[in-house]
Amino acid sequence: MFETSVSWNDMLFLLQGAGTTLLITLYAVLGGTLLGVALGLARATAPWWLNAPLGAVLDVPRSVPLLIQLVLVNSFKSILGLPWSAFTVACVVLAIYTSTYCAEIVRGGILAVPATTRRAARSLGLTYRQDLIEIVFPLALRVALPSWIGLTLGVMKDTALVLWIGVVELLRSSQIIVTRVQEPLFVLSIAGAIYFAMSFPIGRLGARLERRWREND
Amino acid sequence: MLDYTFHWRPALNALPAMLDGALVTLQVALLSMVIGTAGGVLLALGRQSGSRVLRGGCTAWVEVARNTPALFQIYMAYFGLGSIGIQLDSYPALLLGIAFNNAGYLAETFRGGLRAIPPTQARAARSLGMSAPKAFRLVVLPQLFRAVFYPLTNQMVWAILMTSLGVVVGLNTDLTGVTQELNVKTFRTFEFFAIAAVLYYLLSKAVTLSARLLAWRLFRY
Repeated sequence: MFETSVSWNDMLFLLQGAGTTLLITLYAVLGGTLLGVALGLARATAPWWLNAPLGAVLDVPRSVPLLIQLVLVNSFKSILGLPWSAFTVACVVLAIYTSTYCAEIVRGGILAVPATTRRAARSLGLTYRQDLIEIVFPLALRVALPSWIGLTLGVMKDTALVLWIGVVELLRSSQIIVTRVQEPLFVLSIAGAIYFAMSFPIGRLGARLERRWREND
Repeated sequence: MLDYTFHWRPALNALPAMLDGALVTLQVALLSMVIGTAGGVLLALGRQSGSRVLRGGCTAWVEVARNTPALFQIYMAYFGLGSIGIQLDSYPALLLGIAFNNAGYLAETFRGGLRAIPPTQARAARSLGMSAPKAFRLVVLPQLFRAVFYPLTNQMVWAILMTSLGVVVGLNTDLTGVTQELNVKTFRTFEFFAIAAVLYYLLSKAVTLSARLLAWRLFRY
């Protein structure tokens, strides 16, 4: 029969790593979304001379490998002498990375609301703010939410890279166990299964939302 | 406040070595895209096949590739396969990992592309006397190519960015690998990695730009 020296304690250790993965994802997505909504609003409304440079700047984190960004911010933090832990660095980098994608999603959602609808809202006497909150926001949410779920899952998978700057998350904890029990295939499969279990159901939910909301268009 | 002096000269002196690394990066990305595209087409076709086993296998591939981190897939190729007797060096392991990932993502792209082509066209081609492969090659494929061209270039940029993960499994010839080697020799982490970041940015912009030019040349009526 199949025998393994992976113990229940190792499993708990892996789950602990998965917890760290989720925690980093949570912080990154939370910060990234708040920043991304602000940036996306700016991208959708700012005049072109502000919009073009903003777009170019937001393009940088998307065109440079995340690994390099992590190393850069990690060393820059040491240069500045900030007392940040690797965990904080990971959250900050991932939040900025998330915000650049989120900005595009928000911008796409806002621009997907027909100009005529917004003009109608204004003609009915709604203020600009009311139009934004009562009309644009609910309509844009339908367009943006499926992509946002996809982004969240993408960030969750990208958290694996933070092991390079020394954060013990799911993949790193599987490596730690492998160095002891020497069964890389089995331990990695468990880690992969945990990733899959965290990502697949939510991905399905996103796809279903997308399909259901498209039916009503 | 800032008791650190930037030393850019050693980093700039290392630029030729880093440019060589960038070539390796580009090579891995291109190869992984070629393999990934072929795999993606086969997976997309496999998911439409009548055989249940084939369909299940292809779906499993796509879902695993899309729902686990790319780094995990590279680890699997490097450590996982190593433990069942398939010892891969870091270069082929990286290539295999990224190609696996690309194939999974591109399969979805191709599936969407195939769906965008009305099945009546293939039927019309068949009734004009073309064989099934010929109809696929002459009628479906050119339109499919047009539909997936932009997602394909996106995936190419992704592939370039993903090659940086090779350093985690010990690759020292690609851009990140070379940079890391220089870094452990000099401890000028920020300077070296800043230059690497600029090179990566230029690489991905070059890909996007040439794709745009190519699309302009290819897709005008």
